[in-house]
Amino acid sequence: MKTLVNFFPDLFQAEVEETLKRIQSHKGVIGTMVVNAEGIPIRTTLDNSTTVQYAGLLHQLTMKAKSTVRDIDPQNDLTFLRIRSKKHEIMVAPDKEYLLIVIQNPCE
Amino acid sequence: MLPASSKMPHKQPPPPRKQSISMGRGARKRDEDSGTEVGEGTDEWVQSKATVKPPDQLDLTDAELKEEFTRILTANNPHAPQNIVRYSFKEGTYKLIGFVDQLAVHFTQVGNLIPKDSDEGRRQHYRDELAAISHQGSQESAKVVISETEILEEEEEPKEVEAGSQTDVPIVEASEKMAEEELMTPKQPKERKLTNKFNFSERASQTFNNPLRDRECQMEPPPRTNFSATANQWEIYDAYMEELEKQEKTKEKEKTKTPVAKKMGKMAMRKMTSMESQSDDITKVTQAAKIVERMVNQNTYDDVAQDFKYYEDAADEYRDQEGTLLPLWKFQNDKAKRLAVTALCWNPKYNDLFAVGHGSYDFMKQSRGMLLLYSMKNPSFPEYIFSSESGIMCLDMHVDHPYLVVVGHYDGNVAIYNLKKPHSQPSFRSSAKSGKHTDPVWQVRWQKDDMDHNLNFFSVSSDGRIVSWTLVKSELVHTDVIKLKVEGSTTEGLEGLQIHTVGCGTAFDFHREIDYLFLVGTEEGKIYKCSKSYSSQFLDTYDAHNMAVDAVSWNPYHTKVFMSCSSDWTVKIWDHTIKTPMFIYDLNSAVGDVAWAPYSSTVFAAVTTNGKTHVFDLSINKYEAICNQPVVAKKKNKLTHVQFNPIHPIIIVGDDRGHVTCLKLSPNLRKMPKEKKGQEVQKGPAVEIAKLDKLLNLVREVKTKT
Repeated sequence: MKTLVNFFPDLFQAEVEETLKRIQSHKGVIGTMVVNAEGIPIRTTLDNSTTVQYAGLLHQLTMKAKSTVRDIDPQNDLTFLRIRSKKHEIMVAPDKEYLLIVIQNPCE
Repeated sequence: MLPASSKMPHKQPPPPRKQSISMGRGARKRDEDSGTEVGEGTDEWVQSKATVKPPDQLDLTDAELKEEFTRILTANNPHAPQNIVRYSFKEGTYKLIGFVDQLAVHFTQVGNLIPKDSDEGRRQHYRDELAAISHQGSQESAKVVISETEILEEEEEPKEVEAGSQTDVPIVEASEKMAEEELMTPKQPKERKLTNKFNFSERASQTFNNPLRDRECQMEPPPRTNFSATANQWEIYDAYMEELEKQEKTKEKEKTKTPVAKKMGKMAMRKMTSMESQSDDITKVTQAAKIVERMVNQNTYDDVAQDFKYYEDAADEYRDQEGTLLPLWKFQNDKAKRLAVTALCWNPKYNDLFAVGHGSYDFMKQSRGMLLLYSMKNPSFPEYIFSSESGIMCLDMHVDHPYLVVVGHYDGNVAIYNLKKPHSQPSFRSSAKSGKHTDPVWQVRWQKDDMDHNLNFFSVSSDGRIVSWTLVKSELVHTDVIKLKVEGSTTEGLEGLQIHTVGCGTAFDFHREIDYLFLVGTEEGKIYKCSKSYSSQFLDTYDAHNMAVDAVSWNPYHTKVFMSCSSDWTVKIWDHTIKTPMFIYDLNSAVGDVAWAPYSSTVFAAVTTNGKTHVFDLSINKYEAICNQPVVAKKKNKLTHVQFNPIHPIIIVGDDRGHVTCLKLSPNLRKMPKEKKGQEVQKGPAVEIAKLDKLLNLVREVKTKT
């Protein structure tokens, strides 16, 4: 899949964009953002200050969680992280270079 | 202190210590004992006190006290050892040496007097003489210079150096006087200086200090960056894995060194470099985005997911063997809204993935087709979307290669889609040249790979041909297996040719165990039992239905039983050795599809055009359905297909509006036969077969009776 992405970037770019759009328009989703490996947000649907805050904090937390999982068993890896709070749920899906964060209100 | 070998002879042993100082006995205390030195005069003033004995003092009798001890003064060294023992190598033992050196040195000092007669003494004496003579000689010469002015006769005298010693004293006196007068003369008598530590002079000189000057040069410091890393167990593991991958890559490169590959490599490199220059490439988020979408959906449809996993209808206990179907998810897509669901298939490998084929059954309204693959984990959007020009009528997924989907179209073409490739176009496609059908393809089925490990599938169509397609080196090659002929309907054609009317195949199914055996259902309502090896003749014919046969299906457990359904409102169950059906069910509406349950040999489901789903369990109720439930909302919605999930207790039902509904079977529908207490619950195909056999035997008995 990785090499194919390099061969056909347009195809996949459109697909990813569409997926992100769908996620954003899904029921209960408050915001989505894409954060790169250094914790800098690349793409967001929320306002600047909130984005920066979420990005910084969640990046650290995800790194910690990933480190924990891998320390226990190096062959294992973190797939995703869910934080359910009273008001809403924050979902983080880490990738090799990016972090995708979605905030959803599950029970509307 | 002089080590004395004896002490002063004590006439008495040391008296007990007394605090009083009575000197009456004249005993002398040693310096060490006495703490006080008392003079004689003080005796008179000190009164005698009572004697106090120290507790550890020796008690001696008077006789012992008066005993005399003699001490002898000798010249022996008291510190010398008395019993020296030396090892004698000659005899190999230790021997006592009797004589011990008694010499004790009391005092030594190194002096600096040397005897006159020794060598060193004579040398020094000689030196002294020379010194004295030269000293005298210089004095005499001084005297001569002076006396030259006065007397000339004394010129010879300085030559008489040897005799100088005799005239030392008077000359010295004289010269001393002279020396005082002639301080200004250049030739002064040099006094011979004794070199010693105390009489020296230091010579120093000050030089000019050169001025110091600083010379500096400033450069740019080398650029510095901070480098930090953590060494965790997983970082080390990652590093090792990377190394391994690199090694494997190099191995692969060595293996595949063809020019084509090189070209591709170059192209890939160019594209990759151009892509890598783009930073923040959003396409790398694909995987994460997919996961997040599923998570979001899971949240939204949380209750449904919980139901799917855990809900078991408790009311089934009271329902007296009837069961219900719990609706779970509903899958639909805007693009496929107008198209009916024409085919359903579960993926053999991934139990949550299923394929939906869209097309149209309506002869007049033919348009495009779609192939959508959904996952239960994401009910809102399909995982894969493929569109085609012609409606899709059937599809099948390969068991060994779950990414290969073969599809039959309304225009008679067949195509293979490869899910691993991103194109939305089929990988392989038949065409008019390669022998496509001339009528819609109603069913396709993958077969086992042939001898050369080529992929192989069968298709059946209304044009009466059953064709076997083989994928040989990326090309579809077709072979007509059988041409369906309508028996007994030969017409006379031109020149006496007998033209057989071609039958139209609408459904087929292959036997699970007997490889060459398969059944074909036709539009005329007949079912033919065929063999792959015989291309012209059928093994058997069954007059099954009055209208077209919509589906045929072998029982998954029992090798002899199969089932068929038709638009004539009936579902019939057959034993292939018997020409008449074992069971007939009338469902009041055209039956779209039937499917056996994978977990039991006696359970099957049927869907009808009035929107109802019927589930039968022959072991519970031979005559009626145990579940009879409308599944779709609107009555005009016709159900077209049904499929059981191989693992989970769910079924998917497709309708002609393009929706797929997922339903959960209630416990009553999934009943396993109850064993008598004490016996183990047997599971497995044998049990299922036996179960069905029992039923069949009952029916056969009834039949033989009637």
